[in-house]
Order: sequence, then structure tokens, then C-alpha cells
Amino acid sequence: MSEEREKILEIKDVCMDFKQKRHKVVHAVNHVSLDIYKGENFGLVGESGCGKTTLGRTCIRLYDPTSGQIIFDGHDISGKLTKDTRKFLTSHMAMIFQDPIASLDPRMTVQEIIAEGLHNQGYKDKAQIDSMVKEMLNKVGLLPEHATRYPHEFSGGQRQRIGIARALVLKPEFIIADEPVSALDASIQAQVINLLMDMKEEFGLTIMFIAHNLAVVKYFSDRIGVMYYGTLVELADADDLYVHPLHPYTKALLSAIPEPDPLSERRKTKLYYDKSMHDYSKEKPSLQEVVPGHFVYCSDSEKEAYLKELDS
Amino acid sequence: MDNDTILSVQDLAVSFRTYSGKVQAVRGVSFDLKKGETLAIVGESGSGKSVTTKAIMGLLAKNATIESGKILFDDHDLVKYKEKDFCKLRGKDISLVFQDPLSALNPIMKIGKQITETLVLREGLSRREAKKKAIELMEMVGIPDPETRYNEYPFQFSGGMRQRIVIAIALASNARILICDEPTTALDVTIQAKILDQIKQIKRDRQLSVIFITHDLGVVANMADRICIMYAGRIVEVGTADEIFYHPAHPYTWALLSSVPDLETKERLMAIPGTPPNMVAPPEGDAFAERNKYALAIDFEQAPPYFRLSDTHYAATWLLHPKAPKVEMPDVLKARIARMRQKAGLDNE
Repeated sequence: MSEEREKILEIKDVCMDFKQKRHKVVHAVNHVSLDIYKGENFGLVGESGCGKTTLGRTCIRLYDPTSGQIIFDGHDISGKLTKDTRKFLTSHMAMIFQDPIASLDPRMTVQEIIAEGLHNQGYKDKAQIDSMVKEMLNKVGLLPEHATRYPHEFSGGQRQRIGIARALVLKPEFIIADEPVSALDASIQAQVINLLMDMKEEFGLTIMFIAHNLAVVKYFSDRIGVMYYGTLVELADADDLYVHPLHPYTKALLSAIPEPDPLSERRKTKLYYDKSMHDYSKEKPSLQEVVPGHFVYCSDSEKEAYLKELDS
Repeated sequence: MDNDTILSVQDLAVSFRTYSGKVQAVRGVSFDLKKGETLAIVGESGSGKSVTTKAIMGLLAKNATIESGKILFDDHDLVKYKEKDFCKLRGKDISLVFQDPLSALNPIMKIGKQITETLVLREGLSRREAKKKAIELMEMVGIPDPETRYNEYPFQFSGGMRQRIVIAIALASNARILICDEPTTALDVTIQAKILDQIKQIKRDRQLSVIFITHDLGVVANMADRICIMYAGRIVEVGTADEIFYHPAHPYTWALLSSVPDLETKERLMAIPGTPPNMVAPPEGDAFAERNKYALAIDFEQAPPYFRLSDTHYAATWLLHPKAPKVEMPDVLKARIARMRQKAGLDNE
């Protein structure tokens, strides 16, 4: 990855802790650092509970990061949220949620749902808002007359289109798509993925794509980060990650993907990951760049081993 | 029914009475389940795959009617069964693993009790024997430290663990048929892989016949011996796993296979346009015709019969009629199949 590429989002050593009863603390995101470049699709994968959604939500400040810094487009957006930062954030960053049923208010019409962001941004002219909503509906493949309907009148795929329209109406530069297709059927999934691709092209978006379906992430992303229990364990170009996975957890994850190919499924050996295989008693691990653009969470001696593995 | 067949569904039709009219969820489904095989039923939500299995188990909702058809099991027709008869059958001969492991377990009953319940009621075991057997079962499905876990509640288990418990309950009495209704949809890939291995292992050990319902084609490739593809309440194509994946014949199967990206897909995905039809008024002719770019004029008028491709492979599409124009599967799919065959070391035909 060349250094000249413009960074749109820099996550620096971010931690997100949740306090629980009896002073227990859950470290949902544990010292994660990564950069997202302008115009790329960044995929984030991991099991449920690994902190990928938390990281996404922290980036858009639905959560307040416990420590660390988030820099978006040159502005520090971590720390205390002032009115100005919030306004800057909401007009440049948007989120698409996983559940197309729960994420749309059942009592609002499609028009109201999509226009809500515009109202909050201070748009007053009713005719202008109307035309923006209609234009957006057209773009996502719905009809202008759908604007007066309620979410329950739509199918899952159409609802997800409404969610996408709501996210894009403010013409953001950066979209966080949190499992946007997980709740949809296979034939509808492809429609929504194609729509996201088209929208990316049209608006010049940068997308952070969070998902657990690795085949979809591989298809969609330029670079992929793998998370395990709050830690970013591997980060590489999509192709590189799938051809030369280095961290044992990534290998296990890749071997677990069921592929629509019975012959290779029958011969596949599955790998399992056990955290205790690392010996971190002497050397502390950190995210290290093993080869340019390919980062792995490892100790120095492991790095040597990974390099040898790549050579052979 | 020949000797190999353990369960035979013949021309089953199920409909639901609703406010908006009669929903024809299943419209003439026939299949045989052979001893020791895994039959996968694949389809989108609303295609009628779950309704078919619920009809087998006698678990249909009150507003459902079985319009026609037979479900033959051990020379008995399950369609004629009363609730009382089903009570003797469920769990003993046919077991069901539900999709959502959280709602399938009773939240205020200890795990041990939920497993032993069947053993005490069905097999007439004493409490102590039942406990011993339950712990064995928990061990078999891979629960570490089963003695302690026996006295815990469902909320103390993770999603994957809960699904293992549900499988343990399903296997508690020696059922001959195991129906898995999307058993891994709610789980992560790594845990899914473990659960699938477990089901395969148990199937081999006990020589179970499995009906496996899912919409994930990857999981199907991993599990199935034979596959039924369902669309809008009908089976549109049936064949062995190799036939469906390497020689698909129905346009819906083509569309389904090419709409999911695999690890090497680079080109734009072939999305299926439109949405599945409304089953209150299912379209005349082939239900898939409206979304099918290969549809012929006859597809809109008359439902296609099954055309035979081999002894095990049938597809319901007019494209296979001798008078139909020759249509080949989409290039994307052809390229992918060639790639898969190459990877497997088979030469291209």
C-alpha cells in the first residue's frame, strides 16, 4: 500500500470498554489501530462478539471511546463531542444497519425516514427536501410513490434499500455498513451488494464493510482486517489475506468457510484455533508489518516464523 | 415404497388461511428420504421448505390445512395422524433441530432436566439412568465438563453450546430421522463448522437419515448427498450434490448458484431481479418465469413437468423439452464450475 494515498479515517490505539456489574469491565475493542484510505472498501471480519460492530459504532461516535484517537478527514473526532463536531460527523459519515426491520421506525413513512437527516442538518425548503428524497429513492431502485408508505409494506431487500437511501441522502463520504446483507436471502443479497457497489461508484464513497460472511467480504473489499476478541490480529489486501493467511486464527476462519463446491468440501481439512498456542510470556505481541501492507499481531519470534513461511 | 426408503412425501400441498386470502405455501412436493442419506432442501425464505418439515412433524399452525398428498413413514400415512399419534412419533422416530437455539430451549429449566425429560417420558428410564445417559449425550455433542453443565441454565451457554444441547435433546431417544431446520444459520462460521462436523459424525455412528434445510449453498455442499431446490412451494430441481453443483439444469438453480460470490469471484454478481411471487395468488405456469431471463412463452401458461436428466436428477423447466431452444447456463457459472472441476483434478467434459 503506497503511503501517498489519502487517509480518510485513522484509528489510533482505540479502546472501548463496557462497564458491567461488580466493577467488571469488558474490553470490547482492545488497542486497535488502523487506517482507512479514501475510496477503498475496507472489510472487517470476525466472530460475533469480537468487537467489529463496536469498532464501527465507535468510529461514528455512537459510543464514546475509552481511550485512543479517531481522526476523520483531518479532524479529531474522539474526545468530547461538541455541537460542531457532531454536525460535521453526521453530514460526512453514515451507517447502514444490519437488521432492516429494527432499524426503521415503524411509525414513520419512508419520506420521513429518509428526510430526517436533512431536517437535522437544517434543510428548510420542503420542495427541495421532497425532490432530494425522490431522487434518492430512484437511485436505490425504489419508486417515488413508495415515499408515502410505511416500512412494513416492504420486503426485506426493499427495506435495506430504504436504509441505504437514508444513509446516502446527505451525500456522505464515508459509510459504515454493519452486516448489511446478513439478514437477506441469497438472491436479494446479490441485489443489495450490487447496489452498494453502484452507489460507491456514483458518490465516490469509502465503505467500511463489517460482516461475518467471508466470501461476501472477500468479494466486496480491497483490504480486510480480521478481529479476534477485541484485537486486530491480521490486516492485509483481500487477495493477499486469502492466499497467504499468516495468523493461525485467520487460517482457522478461512478453513471454516463452506464453499459451494462439494468436491473440495469433502477433501477440506478444517483447522481450529487455540489461543494457548502462542507463547507470549517472554515477548509481548504487537501488530507488526510482516511484509509491506500485510500486518499480523505477533511477537518478534513469530514474525520470523511467518516470514519463513512466506518464503517457502 | 421400496426397502431403502424410510420416508416418502407424495404430492404434498399445504395452505394457510390468512386475512389476505389462502396462502399456498407448499404446492405439490414429492420426495423420498433414503436410509442413511442426507437430503438437503434448499430455498429462499417463503419457499415452503420449513412448512414441508413441519407437516412431517405435525407441527403446522392452526390455520394450516393439508390440501392433498401423503407422507408415508413405516407404511403409516402421517397426514391422517392425530395429535395423540404424533406425540408417540416425535422425538422417538423423528427428531427436529430448530433454527434458533435460544428460543428452542426453556429458559427457566435446567439443561439437564430438558435433556432427561425425553428420556424419562419416552424410554421410561429412572432419573438416575436418565442423568447418566444425558451426561453421555452431552459428552457426545462436545460439551466440556458435562457434570457441572448439567445443572446450569440455557443463558449460561453460548449460542454454539445451546445448539449442541438442542442436538443432544434431539438424539436423546434413538430417532431414525433427524430433521435439521437451518441449524447453523444463527451461528458463526467457526462454530458452524464444528456443529456440521458433529452432525456428520453422529449421522455416521447411528446411521441416521437426515433432512437438512438451509439456504446456504456452502453448507449444502458440505453436508448433502442429495439436494432438492425449492421455489415458491415446489421442488424445481432434484439431484445428487454433484449433479446440482456441477450440472445444474433449472434456471433458478443457475441464478441461485451464480448470485453468491465464491472466493474467486471478481465480476459483478448476477442478482436475480424482482422478488419471489405472492403465494396468495401464485402465478400460473412456472412461478420463476417472471424473474427468469430464459423464460419461454409456455412458462407463463403452463407449469412444467419434471424432465429426467438421469436416474437421480430431475428438473422442472420447459427448457429441457425436446422442442425448446437450446439454452446454456450463464457464462459466469460455467467458468466457475470449470474452475471447481480443475481444482478437484477432474478434466473438463
